[in-house]
Amino acid sequence: MSLTTILAQLGQGMIISVEIFLLTLLFSLPLGLLISFGRMSKNVIIRGIVKIYIAIMRGTPLMLQLMAIYFAPYYLFGIKISTQYRFTAVIIAFSINYAAYFAEIYRGGIESMPIGQYEAAKILGYSKAQTFFKIILPQVIKRILPSVTNETITLVKDTSLAMVISVAEMFTIAQRISARETSMMPLIIAGIFYFVFNYIVAFVMEFVEKKFQFFR
Amino acid sequence: MNLVEMKHVRKQFGGLSVLKDISISVKKGEVVSIIGPSGSGKSTLLRCATLLETMDGGELAYNGEKVAWEENGKMCLATQKESKRISRNFGLVFQSFHLFPHFNVLKNVMDAPVSVDKVPKEEAKKRAMELLKQLGLEEKAYNYPYQLSGGQQQRVSIARALALQPKVLYFDEPTSALDPELTSEVLKVIKDLAKQHMTMIIVTHEMKFAREVSDRIIFMEDGVIVEEGSPEQLFCSSNVRVQEFIGKLEE
Repeated sequence: MSLTTILAQLGQGMIISVEIFLLTLLFSLPLGLLISFGRMSKNVIIRGIVKIYIAIMRGTPLMLQLMAIYFAPYYLFGIKISTQYRFTAVIIAFSINYAAYFAEIYRGGIESMPIGQYEAAKILGYSKAQTFFKIILPQVIKRILPSVTNETITLVKDTSLAMVISVAEMFTIAQRISARETSMMPLIIAGIFYFVFNYIVAFVMEFVEKKFQFFR
Repeated sequence: MNLVEMKHVRKQFGGLSVLKDISISVKKGEVVSIIGPSGSGKSTLLRCATLLETMDGGELAYNGEKVAWEENGKMCLATQKESKRISRNFGLVFQSFHLFPHFNVLKNVMDAPVSVDKVPKEEAKKRAMELLKQLGLEEKAYNYPYQLSGGQQQRVSIARALALQPKVLYFDEPTSALDPELTSEVLKVIKDLAKQHMTMIIVTHEMKFAREVSDRIIFMEDGVIVEEGSPEQLFCSSNVRVQEFIGKLEE
């Protein structure tokens, strides 16, 4: 197998990895905000449920969660699992897992806001929604960006866990080729791919952080 | 009718009585200063008057419209919608400004009129610029709060409060976070407002300023009003405690 074929096949896998990455961010970032509201809710039942949810998401391996989401339709409802469902299962598992982590990051940011900002907004007559979205959230985003960057970089590497339910992302393919060719080469190339991917992610996040430097 | 009417206001924090029985009424155009030692309940009184705290007893009304009152020993509050409407009567300037750091000066001043009162943007901007000019800040319109001195920040927060055209403006120790030089530039702004007959209730430790600017001074201690009267009356008070307090601050 020539190097170009290996690269082409890994490239295919790379596209899947990037898709998992982008879709997970797309769903987990807003979902995390919603969950953080539940976590800070005055309602004891909602807060309790969300706490348990976060505890499970953080307390069990993502690999196990992937398998649970993938096999759940069969074991719970007896539905035959289709091959297309694999990718969907990956997106669901990644999104609800990362949303739990993002929720705690949001909560940290929101709770670190000085009460004076809320009081000033209240005196000026802003509604609760205006206060949150116009006054609080932009400041929270600035504060949590470094933690979000961390999670995002972890996510890039975690996409390789999709291998456990045979989704043909980059690591799955690298390992297949490696086993077939009895060569470490494909895995090394995959490693370089992940590194470059993360380098770009870090670069973009740094740019976003700079965008938020206009205020203190 | 009095613009602000507080009757027998009481407030406790975890069993500690911070306000015991406070009654204050303020007419339109009056400037009232509240002085007294730290922990006497001055700030709590302003926080109750501006609905940042809910009082435990007594009555609060603006222009005769009740926001909070007592009925058969129980506190009653106006509906959220009502109290929001009545809240348009007052503004509050905080000790530590609480400007919005991600808005530039102009936006800090014009955003509430646009977002809350639905004033057209152009008009709000024009009015905000006029206010900033009046307070000597027009050159800072496009700066962010962190680029300003404390005195400038406090003047912006005064402009922000004025932009909503309140009938009465509360000041909660507006100069306590500032050095003497910056203090004087903020006090000058408040004096100018007094000349324009803005109704103001000012919690302050600046005795000389309180004496110059006020129509009436209230001395508070331990949650009660110890003495109330014109500046002359208060500064020549026969009350030992008032003498002691004023004397110490003037030294």
